[in-house]
Amino acid sequence: MAPDANERVMVFDSVCLSFGGECVLEGISFEVLRGETLVIQGAAASGKTLILKLALGLIRPTRGRILLFGEDTTGYTDEQWNDIRARIGMLFQEGGLFDSLTVEENVAYPLLNQKRTPLSEAEVRRRVEESLEFVELGHTLDKFPSELSGGMRRRVGIARAIVTQPELLLYDSPTAGLDPITATTIMALIVKGRDASHATTVMVTHRHQDGELLDRYRWDPAQGRLVPAEPGTTRTRYMVLREGRIVFLGTPAEFDACRDEYVAKFASR
Amino acid sequence: MLDLLKRPVYTFQEFILLSIRAIRGLFRKPAYWGDTVIQMDLIGVGSLPVVCLTGFFSGAVMALQMSRALQTYGATSQVGKIVAITMVREMGPVLTALMVAGRNSSGMASELGSMKVTEQIDAMRALGTDPVLKLVKPRLLATAIVLPLLTVIADFLGLVGGWVVACVMLQLTPGAQYWETAWRAIEYNDIAQGLIKPFCFAIVLALVGCYYGMQTTGGTQGVGRSTTQAVVVASVWVVVLTFIIGRIFTNL
Repeated sequence: MAPDANERVMVFDSVCLSFGGECVLEGISFEVLRGETLVIQGAAASGKTLILKLALGLIRPTRGRILLFGEDTTGYTDEQWNDIRARIGMLFQEGGLFDSLTVEENVAYPLLNQKRTPLSEAEVRRRVEESLEFVELGHTLDKFPSELSGGMRRRVGIARAIVTQPELLLYDSPTAGLDPITATTIMALIVKGRDASHATTVMVTHRHQDGELLDRYRWDPAQGRLVPAEPGTTRTRYMVLREGRIVFLGTPAEFDACRDEYVAKFASR
Repeated sequence: MLDLLKRPVYTFQEFILLSIRAIRGLFRKPAYWGDTVIQMDLIGVGSLPVVCLTGFFSGAVMALQMSRALQTYGATSQVGKIVAITMVREMGPVLTALMVAGRNSSGMASELGSMKVTEQIDAMRALGTDPVLKLVKPRLLATAIVLPLLTVIADFLGLVGGWVVACVMLQLTPGAQYWETAWRAIEYNDIAQGLIKPFCFAIVLALVGCYYGMQTTGGTQGVGRSTTQAVVVASVWVVVLTFIIGRIFTNL
């Protein structure tokens, strides 16, 4: 059965988050449909990364509900969260690779921890190699993360995020701290990953170019590169946060037309 | 006043919660035996040289310092007894624990702290692994197994150190008498005390190291801070616990 494009993969319903009485997220409500791309922007410390951590159950909301794949995660135990997390791929800001494991072991980690679908050693190896080839790092299997450049670590992080072929991909500032050429390479891989698996994608970023690439380009497997996409076909939306509140949520056209001074800082004009 | 107390009370509460989760984790799968063996090697084999040196010289110093006092009372034949009781009851367990606190509690805090600030612990959770089972449990188990063993080695080498000073250097007493009085002086109560102490210390050393590591915030500076706190807190707990356990055994 074809996946329902109107299925709500992620729903935040009036989510609030406080640390020590200080409110860091307030009244966050939005939803992401299957196959959609949501680009989250905002100033530093506006709460962008916290939204991704809430979506993974790494922190729990003070108030409100978070629904993932139709399941209300309120009160979920870590065991229950692990079932949800198995359907999500996440790239952390610095890659989040385990220092003590090789690239191969890092990428294999989510496969070996998936209790629901035990895989043979050969199958794990095949998927790891496939995933690393996808990010053009097939030659780094035996290297340790410390031997890789920042961009390569990010690419290994992408390989680890997509190796389980998750339905939902979360990217936390994937281009932060990278030079423009490497940043474009990383973004091309993220677009490729999204279009190859038709995964729902949520990306936090500071750079408007990253959002533009996700919105205006698609991966063409025949040509093996990014090509301009028809407007609206990538189903991209933008969300802008300010001091823990959503100040904009809408389509790229609405984003570009928004007259709010703060939102305009993140648009390409 | 309440604000001043809030922080230490919160820290203690979080420490207790981590301890409960770690101890419950001992009975949960997966076991991570491989990680436990690696930690046993790091803590046990890695600490062996420093523990041996500490044990040997603490016994030697004990015999040296006691020699003059015992000569005053003409009781030099009792040097083995004093070294044995002191080493087994107190100095062996405490000095070994302090060495392991300086070497391993700090190591755990810095390793886990680095993992925390580089989001590796978050990544672990995101990939379906409970960090308490994967990181804390092997360290707790490994320390609980190897610290009593290290203590026994330190106790024995302390007796050897005492023998070297008392019998070889100062010739206070014949070697056979030294070992005979040492052997006869140790009671079951001393052995129990000398083994229960390192076991309790081990739990505290591992949990304190892991707790401060997993609570690390603030980048590399935070890792340094956690490491220092782990060593200080673990060392203080060792001294406090040795008094409490000693007091309990004194009443037995």
